[in-house]
Amino acid sequence: MGYQSMRGNNSQLLSRIAAGDGHGENSSYFDGWKAYDSNPFNPSSNLDGVIQMGLAENLLCLDMIKDWIKKHQEASICTEQGLTDFEAVANFQDYHGLPAFRQALAKFMGKARGGKVKFDPDRIVMSGGGTGAQETLAFCLANPGDAFLVPTPYYPAFDRDFCWRTGARLLPINCYSSDNFKLTKAELELAYENAQRDNITVKGVLMTNPSNPLGTTMDRDTFKTLLSFVNQKRIHLICDEIFSGSVFNQSEFLSVSELLEEEPSYDRSLFHIAYSLSKDMGLPGFRVGVIYSYNDAVVRCARRMSSFGLVSSQTQHLLSHMLSDDDFTSEYLAENKRRLNKRHGEFTSGLEKLGIKCLPSTAGLFVWMDLRQFLKESTENGELELWHVIINDVKLNVSPGSSFRCTEPGWFRVCFANMDDATMHIALRRIGDFADKLKEDTAQMQNKKRFNKKLRLSFCRLNDGAIAQHLMSPHLLSPRSPLVKASN
Amino acid sequence: MVAKDYKPCVPLSAIATSSTHGEDSPYFAGWRAYDDDPYDAINNPSGVIQMGLAENQVSFDLFEKYLEEHQEVSNLVNGVASFRENALFQDYHGLNSFRKAMTSFMEEIRGGKVKFDSNRVVLTAGATAANELLTFIIANPGDALLVPTPYYPGFDRDLRWRTGVNIIPVNCYSSNNFQITKQALEDAYAKAEKANIPVKGLLITNPSNPLGTAITRPVLKEIFNFISTKNIHLISDEIYSGSVFSSEEFTSVAEMVQERGYYDAQRVHIVYSLSKDLGLPGFRVGAIYSYNDAVVTTARRMSSFTLVSSQTQKMLSPMLSDVNFTKNYIKTNRDRLKRRYEYVVERMRECGIECLHGNAGLFCWMNLKPLLEEATMEGELKLWEMILKDLKLDISPGSSCHCTEPGWFRVCFAKMNIKTLDVALARLTSFMEKRKKT
Repeated sequence: MGYQSMRGNNSQLLSRIAAGDGHGENSSYFDGWKAYDSNPFNPSSNLDGVIQMGLAENLLCLDMIKDWIKKHQEASICTEQGLTDFEAVANFQDYHGLPAFRQALAKFMGKARGGKVKFDPDRIVMSGGGTGAQETLAFCLANPGDAFLVPTPYYPAFDRDFCWRTGARLLPINCYSSDNFKLTKAELELAYENAQRDNITVKGVLMTNPSNPLGTTMDRDTFKTLLSFVNQKRIHLICDEIFSGSVFNQSEFLSVSELLEEEPSYDRSLFHIAYSLSKDMGLPGFRVGVIYSYNDAVVRCARRMSSFGLVSSQTQHLLSHMLSDDDFTSEYLAENKRRLNKRHGEFTSGLEKLGIKCLPSTAGLFVWMDLRQFLKESTENGELELWHVIINDVKLNVSPGSSFRCTEPGWFRVCFANMDDATMHIALRRIGDFADKLKEDTAQMQNKKRFNKKLRLSFCRLNDGAIAQHLMSPHLLSPRSPLVKASN
Repeated sequence: MVAKDYKPCVPLSAIATSSTHGEDSPYFAGWRAYDDDPYDAINNPSGVIQMGLAENQVSFDLFEKYLEEHQEVSNLVNGVASFRENALFQDYHGLNSFRKAMTSFMEEIRGGKVKFDSNRVVLTAGATAANELLTFIIANPGDALLVPTPYYPGFDRDLRWRTGVNIIPVNCYSSNNFQITKQALEDAYAKAEKANIPVKGLLITNPSNPLGTAITRPVLKEIFNFISTKNIHLISDEIYSGSVFSSEEFTSVAEMVQERGYYDAQRVHIVYSLSKDLGLPGFRVGAIYSYNDAVVTTARRMSSFTLVSSQTQKMLSPMLSDVNFTKNYIKTNRDRLKRRYEYVVERMRECGIECLHGNAGLFCWMNLKPLLEEATMEGELKLWEMILKDLKLDISPGSSCHCTEPGWFRVCFAKMNIKTLDVALARLTSFMEKRKKT
């Protein structure tokens, strides 16, 4: 039910942050989730539903985690074996986090990097998921109006996470398909100079490695160029390494931590890593975010700020047992890579057979699919037109490149790790049918103009006072896994 | 940890370098003293006893008993589907069952006098996040919230640090037992106006921390009239609502809203948490309840930065939905807190120390004015240091709570067992007796 209005409308009586659209939910990235939510695919009850390929989740190894928990009842405080720990754990709210948890995380992060680097548990700071980690780093490093440069294409929610409540800005470093979307020195310098010309203070660079949405890892030369650049300009570098444990081929991944070990001349106080267990371990519900900073003042400040988003002690307790189990973590990381590699291989070769190429990638839970050949016009509108068809006719929720601020239209991020094999094959079959149709019959192009009126690019209605009937804002605007039942 | 050839660091943000995190306060210095030398009955009997942290352990056994009897709560043996769903669940609406369970629990605490709509509950990782989030939503940087004194020291950080919002105190005095008055509200508002600071809301804690008193109905009426006239928001932090010794003595703002037929309800927001009433601060379970649709929607979006672990939601929802358990828990908890409070106050009275007459919370508001060498903040801090160093008791000085009058101290009594409490009281008694002789 709605209640009587306060005098003045809501936009005056709420803050600018609240009344604005910095929450980012007007992006096409979320429109697709809506389509999924209103017609979700189900192999038993809704074979015609939309398959969710717009949510980067890793379901492939959850069975291993579940088995471990079953075998280690003492790690759970609500079992008979674990109950003795209940009181101590329930009372533990120290923002340093459980020492065993920090130690276990440090070990796990080292292992995910092939043992090439050691992490210091005292530099590990908790946050409310990767989302919280990004925001906290922005609060620590940037004043309102300051900017971080970010290579495109990039994860859409960075705009919210990094900028919404902090007042910081993200400015693009453009990357192009001609370079396989690699970061170049020229574009990096151009982005920096553009900011200076506009009198915007650049405080740092934010990058994701392995990249979301590209699934690629940064090569050594490019990385060294970047590190030299930030070092020389005396600006920060935030590396979001949230997919570091999801690299198919270990030797391909170079963490910023390794480079810092190799090169002592870099000023370490400029470097910060954001991490989370949401992707590598498929545990987004547990809200485990990590900030790892080489800057003592940032560690101190971020730790204080972590009061606003601590990890539940119950979760810390469980995971500190699990991640301290060396045999388990070795086995898990190896098996995760193997399963992701297999799924990636099957999916990309399936697409290739249909004449659809993806950017060559070695990591992540998605591919960067090239559908430029199907665009009616090589513009953002052309891309969104194609995307509407994919959602409404092909019934796949994939994410359009424009929502990642890609410079070139026609690229789509497609997630493959949040479904079983059967669903993947259904998705491939649908893509195949769609590709065939487009190739055979140009008259089909007319169908692309048939917009689903219910699917809009922006959520105007969520911005004004007529919210009463939408009090339960659509579930889609918050990540909702296809494997989570509607009622819970 | 710092490189040998250390270069001056690239500056961090103003927020990072400010001291608005509040940790320089004696409130936290006392915690550090405790950390350095913690009391242990066997290993460190002369260590510092922690009485500066408002936590509740008097009713823990009720949980443990519940979990022992309800092994099915353990979500980890419920089959593949359940674990996987739970691990993946990051929807910022929260688990339906958990939201409903929180709603049911909040209604139980208010003795069934109020009906809550579970769709208006937004979950956050603790009340710390809830208060900051609401501040981001209702106020711009440079705006102010009015907060009655004395208040919880953490508000200085939670309401101001990253939001850039100011706190203007609503001064309360011992002459009327620190109750909020219409005059005090008007004075605070006028002060803000004079300084050209827009006031966006009033934040009350009910029952009060550190006073340990529930706000009376007549005062709540004044508050409602005030916020209506001034067209500002009201945030009621009701984190201790389940720790009122007798439910008849607590009036939630939710009751007032209902009684007023939801007139002006859109300006009212409640903050809650399981950290105090249930003694589960580690689990980080906070909640916002708002009658304002836009606030609910925005708060829900912002909660992305601070969601409650799905594992914890899943574990707690059967417990909180179990009305037999919650009814019994609430009643037992209230009784035990009341007895503990009365015991502490009586022992203090016996050695010549008076406390404010309280009816809620995990602490008492102790009057040590007669012990001050000088009736100033410095005098109070001198006394506080002496109590910490010589008596090895960490209690919180009123100045850290922005109390208008020096000499008051908050003393927490619910985090320790009765033996430790007796040791603490014995130290206090012995000190007072020595003082009488000199």
